[in-house]
Amino acid sequence: MSDAKKPDAKRRNLIVATAVVGGAAGAGAAVPFVASWFPSERAKAAGAPIEVDISKLAPGELGIFEWRGQPVWVFKRSKGMLESIRESDSKVADPKSEEPQQPPYAKNEFRSIKEDVMVVVGVCTHLGCSPKEKTAADKAEMGADWLGGFYCPCHGSKFDFAGRVYKGVPAPTNLVVPPYTYLSDNKILIGDDKKGA
Amino acid sequence: MSTKLMALWEWFDARMPSVKQEYKKHLTEYYAPKNFNFWYYFGSLALFVLVIQIVSGIWLTMSYKPDANLAFGSVEYIMRDVPGGWVIRYIHSTGASAFFLVVYLHMFRGLLYGSYKTPRELIWIFGVLIYLCLMGEAFFGYLLPWGQMSYWGAQVIVNLFSSVPFIGPDLAVWIRGDYVVSDATLNRFFALHVIALPLALLGLVVVHLLALHDVGSNNPDGVEIKKVKGPDGKPLDGIPFHPYYTVKDIVGVVVFLAIFCVVIFFAPEMGGYFLEYNNFVPADPLVTPAHIAPVWYFTPYYSILRAVPPMFYSQFPGVLAMGLAVLLLFFLPWLDRSPVKSIRYRGPYYKIALTTFIISFLVLGYLGTVPTNAWGQFGPWLGEAERCTVVARIGTILYFLFFLLMPWYTARDSVKPVPERVTS
Amino acid sequence: MIMRTLTVNRLIVALLAAPLAALALVTAVQASEGGYRLDPAPIDHNDLASLQRGARTFVNYCLNCHGAQYMRYNRLQDIGLTDQQIKDNLVFTGVRIGEPMKVALSKEDGKAWFNVPPPDLTVIARARGADWLYTYLRTFYRDPKTVTGWNNAVFQNVAMPHALWALQGERALEIKNVKDESGHEHVEYHWSELSKGTQSTIEYDRTVRDLVNFLVYMGEPIAAERRHIGVIALFVLGILFVFAYWLKREYWKDVH
Repeated sequence: MSDAKKPDAKRRNLIVATAVVGGAAGAGAAVPFVASWFPSERAKAAGAPIEVDISKLAPGELGIFEWRGQPVWVFKRSKGMLESIRESDSKVADPKSEEPQQPPYAKNEFRSIKEDVMVVVGVCTHLGCSPKEKTAADKAEMGADWLGGFYCPCHGSKFDFAGRVYKGVPAPTNLVVPPYTYLSDNKILIGDDKKGA
Repeated sequence: MSTKLMALWEWFDARMPSVKQEYKKHLTEYYAPKNFNFWYYFGSLALFVLVIQIVSGIWLTMSYKPDANLAFGSVEYIMRDVPGGWVIRYIHSTGASAFFLVVYLHMFRGLLYGSYKTPRELIWIFGVLIYLCLMGEAFFGYLLPWGQMSYWGAQVIVNLFSSVPFIGPDLAVWIRGDYVVSDATLNRFFALHVIALPLALLGLVVVHLLALHDVGSNNPDGVEIKKVKGPDGKPLDGIPFHPYYTVKDIVGVVVFLAIFCVVIFFAPEMGGYFLEYNNFVPADPLVTPAHIAPVWYFTPYYSILRAVPPMFYSQFPGVLAMGLAVLLLFFLPWLDRSPVKSIRYRGPYYKIALTTFIISFLVLGYLGTVPTNAWGQFGPWLGEAERCTVVARIGTILYFLFFLLMPWYTARDSVKPVPERVTS
Repeated sequence: MIMRTLTVNRLIVALLAAPLAALALVTAVQASEGGYRLDPAPIDHNDLASLQRGARTFVNYCLNCHGAQYMRYNRLQDIGLTDQQIKDNLVFTGVRIGEPMKVALSKEDGKAWFNVPPPDLTVIARARGADWLYTYLRTFYRDPKTVTGWNNAVFQNVAMPHALWALQGERALEIKNVKDESGHEHVEYHWSELSKGTQSTIEYDRTVRDLVNFLVYMGEPIAAERRHIGVIALFVLGILFVFAYWLKREYWKDVH
């Protein structure tokens, strides 16, 4: 019995070898169980990139599209709106988009690939409500110095027409720009910035 | 072990000494006979399959939907869309059949070596209860994929209850919660399959093992090893379960897993025996499949059911026979009057009886998988009776005679002298 | 010791062989009981070209009335197609390629047109078997007695008209009950051609073979990968067996 209590070197080695191979087999068996918690093909299909045709969007018109269960805004900005973005540089918290709230190709003045076309996830970075569009004409409601942009009704966060957050509002960061790419002049693929898919 | 780990263990042990005590009692100081043979692998394998079924079952419930409109699709969703879902599902479907295979072999071991005889009657009774529980698990679980065989299998089995005199029709409606098998039935079967019966099963397995460890294991010689102890008070023919039988059972588990993997990865349908072809057609209450057969592990009893002709315009005698066929197992310890346990020391009567029983069980099992006209008919000399039915009737009679005549043939059987110690 | 080892080995071999032997015994179960004899389907799950042709036949001829609601278009990557190829050649309804192959025909319309709604075909091959499908799709014949004008030798009074008739052409079938010398009755089938299709018999058989090949693939798209993983699993278990058995033998040296 003393043999059993203090395994000799050979038994020890055999125990280790069996445990290692057994552990490998166990890890292999665990793979499907762990993998099954990742998004299924159905979830992936629902979260797949979406194609958006922007030819029908008039300047100033806001198109809302669903991607991964979130509203994505595609917005053709007018000259005046672009001008308002320049003017609001001093009012916003992160004018140069230093925070990584956008892909590198949208880290620019208007936070977009093409100047006039904004693509942004329409979810407030504060607690996830969807902000409303308030144009410069809504000065009565938004205050005399309102340049136009978006207003979150939940907690009063304000964003400009590039989705940049105003100083002194609850939301901490700019609105998120999703990965996107132009398939053609009027076709945007939202959710993937590599061609195809 | 490093000193820090030792210190942690001592801290733990001082506060909960029962862990070490139970470990000793059930593993390192549980003395099992040293002469276990092949047939003794199936107890630990049954426990292993139980663990497989519980783990894979928990994972299946994560994607399965117990809803008549969604169930069939959710199974295909698991098979196709959930990453790794197909393996988990095949593990569970193959595990169901493996469970019965292992348990049948485990029970056969009991019959071979008289493991149900004094003082192990309780172990046997708990074991039969486990078997009943398992049948319930299999029956309820089989409805869940909501295929044609699921549906019509459940329909037929539940209708058996409607043949019970007086209360039958109401009983069947009560079980279904509807006038046919429906969404309500599916939902309650799901609850029973994933919560109720597994709890009962686990409890029964615990008492089965506790009862076993109280009296000690039987062995192929059927001698009580506790009768011959050494000066240290330990049975001379016993060896500690751990490490000797743990290392041995690991080998058994590995071999079992190899066979299990062959099925899962190369023949998950097992030619229609583990996953029936018709169950890939969604349940349709308006169309009955041409040939309904239960899954293989139920077919011996299904054969008995079909073999008994209706009497007094009622199917009830067949149902009764089927129920009795299972319930008779409970009485085995008292039906067997032999002074010896193991078949090694029994005479020809028991050997012939057991062989006949096993053959009739297998033949009944086979006949339950085929339509009753599979073998054609006898000539006019036997009233053109269906060959299958006649054979099933003979098999049914032999099945019952094994139990009913047991007090007679075991008492009259010649026996060989049983040795004092186990033979190697 | 040698004796013991031999017995154990024999047992293991027996255990491993048992399920395979059982499988060999039961493969015939799926065959139809009596009736028209089924032709063995010469399918090959490694033949990607055949699977791709089958997929095209499927979306062109079957998907109009039948759905395959558990099969996603983009899964066809399994059979060597790119997303772009799937989108260009196989998706006609304009759905996204992550979507399942749903059918435009509603259940109610299907019921109204064919008396029974056309069944979903995702797992039809697992329910019917390849041989049945292969034979069924090649044994339609003209029958004025039925509503659709079509009947089938394997599936009598089937609700479906012959969807591939333009390829195969029209045929007639005469079914005769014949008594042979020993008095046993059996059924004889006599085929005759009514009109030619666009494909020869050999071409048509190949079309159906490809289609059935695809249906079998679609029934269980993971099947090919499943076998690969199985080989790895068995290999690991083989190594584990060597060590486990060695360990057991080492410990059991104590037991006399």
